[in-house]
Amino acid sequence: MPNILEIRNLHATVQGKEILKGVDLVLPAGEVHALMGPNGSGKSTLSYVLAGREGYEVTEGEILYQGRDLTQLDADARARAGLFLAFQYPVEIPGVANSVFLKAAVNAGRKARGEQELDAMDFLRKAKALLKTLDIDEKFLNRPVNVGFSGGEKKRNEIFHMAMLEPTLAVLDETDSGLDIDALKIVADGVNSLRTPGRAMLVITHYQRLLDHIVPDRIHVLADGRIVRSGGRELALELEQKGYTGLTGEQSAA
Amino acid sequence: MTSSDSFAPITPGAADSKAASAAAVRAVTEGDYKYGFVTEMGEDRAPKGLNEDIVRFISARKDEPEWMLDWRLKAYRRWLGMGDRDPKWARIHHPPIDFQDIYYYSAPKSKDDGPKSLDEIDPELLATYDKLGIPLRERELLAGVAVDAVFDSVSVATTYKAKLAELGIIFCSMSEAVREHPDLVRKYLGSVVPAADNFYACLNSAVFSDGSFVYIPKGVRCPMELSTYFRINAAQTGQFERTLIIAEPGAYVSYLEGCTAPMRDENQLHAAVVELIALEDAEIKYSTVQNWYPGDKDGKGGIYNFVTKRGACRGPRAKISWTQVETGSAITWKYPSVLLEAEGSVGEFYSVAVTNNMQQADTGTKMIHLAPNTRSTIISKGISAGRSQNTYRGLVRVAPKAANARNYTQCDSLLIGDACGGHTTPYIEVRNRTARVEHEATASKISDDQLFYCRARGLGTEDAVSLIVNGFCREVMQKLPMEFAVEAQKLLGVSLEGSVG
Repeated sequence: MPNILEIRNLHATVQGKEILKGVDLVLPAGEVHALMGPNGSGKSTLSYVLAGREGYEVTEGEILYQGRDLTQLDADARARAGLFLAFQYPVEIPGVANSVFLKAAVNAGRKARGEQELDAMDFLRKAKALLKTLDIDEKFLNRPVNVGFSGGEKKRNEIFHMAMLEPTLAVLDETDSGLDIDALKIVADGVNSLRTPGRAMLVITHYQRLLDHIVPDRIHVLADGRIVRSGGRELALELEQKGYTGLTGEQSAA
Repeated sequence: MTSSDSFAPITPGAADSKAASAAAVRAVTEGDYKYGFVTEMGEDRAPKGLNEDIVRFISARKDEPEWMLDWRLKAYRRWLGMGDRDPKWARIHHPPIDFQDIYYYSAPKSKDDGPKSLDEIDPELLATYDKLGIPLRERELLAGVAVDAVFDSVSVATTYKAKLAELGIIFCSMSEAVREHPDLVRKYLGSVVPAADNFYACLNSAVFSDGSFVYIPKGVRCPMELSTYFRINAAQTGQFERTLIIAEPGAYVSYLEGCTAPMRDENQLHAAVVELIALEDAEIKYSTVQNWYPGDKDGKGGIYNFVTKRGACRGPRAKISWTQVETGSAITWKYPSVLLEAEGSVGEFYSVAVTNNMQQADTGTKMIHLAPNTRSTIISKGISAGRSQNTYRGLVRVAPKAANARNYTQCDSLLIGDACGGHTTPYIEVRNRTARVEHEATASKISDDQLFYCRARGLGTEDAVSLIVNGFCREVMQKLPMEFAVEAQKLLGVSLEGSVG
């Protein structure tokens, strides 16, 4: 399997402060990896660096996405190239219907790939079919993006966006969502149903409980800006027994 | 009491800023103004400047009856008496306007005295309208829209006239109405906006060149949107349209105007007057998509849009609704208002005003409640970007007789960047204790989180801004007739190009 993502010796700073201090991570196509680690270890920073958020600066190392230097692309170009970030806290956009937002997003990607844009009918057909598969209410389409959504609904909406955009690489920042068992289940079901041989997913989480529902191919433990352990499913069990302190020798935050 | 000057006094600083105003007036746009072409055509023009002879010239060119000329001359003398008393209370700044340095009449030259049908119209002019995307030709494709096109100072063509005539609807140029329907014009012209109402309305009354006239007979529901496109083409020319719409008891009409102008270095004056009269149970819906040239990147040119629009609900339960999407002009000064003169009548104002770069807008409405059980709604969305200044100025007045009057006002400002200004200046005067007046205001910025979220889904920054802004304006955009909502949405995006760096 070709590698979708290769991160080599990645250093990154936020407001001049170094958060990532040499991350190495390889994610082959068709695999789901989990990135775990104590609070403050740099998990969310990594997700923002991958998505290209302004203010997150790569100072050393490289990120290869399908063999290309990802840092050369702006955030929106990355998304159009097939990178998807599921937000930990999805953002509200008042007055903009989910369908309008998604249609614009889907067509931006299609246009960039030289594909024909979806017209309203084709878009709706596709959206409704996916909503049914994901067991999400059709009303989602007409509601303004994330406005007035419950925590669980927001998670559902992110999964719906992911399904519509058919990314090659999906990064799911679920750092805190382990607190809510329902939200966690939604994310897990979404990840499981969207697993395909050509797609790679990186699920970021603080609590190993998410891994009761997603069986990752590999687990990486991030501590103080570096990957300190990588392994198979057994690593999750070890983590459960020893906690982060046992694995990394550091104090785990609650 | 209903004059446009009746807003309360404004900050005393407004007058002493003349020195700085030369720089401030330079309207800039980062995005390309895509309507800025000039059409090369022969023009029939009055000499530059304004005096009684010019007023007579305009009237003669239009073959007007004596009463019309007298009306104009009276207005002209009143205007002279106003001296340099152009309104200075608005939050706008510009160098003094030299009224003698403007052409007051310019018409495209025509083989005949005037085009009788579309076939007679200069092909180049038709091509101009094509560029503008105006559905001028009568094609089934365009069914549902009848267009009156005003090019510089004369009304060029009116489509669907015959079809409308069968219903007794009159839709023609103002000049034609003065000749063909003098009784209606004499009865209503100046009845809502008196000739001397304010400085610019008074100027318009003296020199108005053309505009649209609409008359909907009793009980008739106009079966299509009526539409006018205004375009300024000639250089150094002022445009002074005069529009009059009358809806007899039980009648209904929806009317839309669109505006564009070519890119020119100098500032051009646009001073229009629109009067609406809705009688018992009648309804008039008036929508504007204003895209006058806002000035170029170096701060030159742009339209001064100084417009007086007012409607009167003259019969019980009459309803007048203004919807405006304002994205153009170097300076916008306009307050589409409603006089609620009869019991149970309704006034509405839905507005989106966008300013970018150095644009200035001072716009809002006046809802004057004069009768019992009258209701009004004001929804205003102001969007400021660049170094622009965007002011909502609104008056809600409840007269002593207006028992149980109700008003709901919502003013939302959206700021893009940190060098622009959004201002809300509401005036509320209530003289009846049973009235209920509500005012809500919010101010917000497009957040980095919102932009990043959109970009992380693949939308470019400008598409993201456009989407967020359209969402912000949705309540107002929904009020636009379908055919124009899409155009207006695109316009919002274009107007804000380059606003987020």
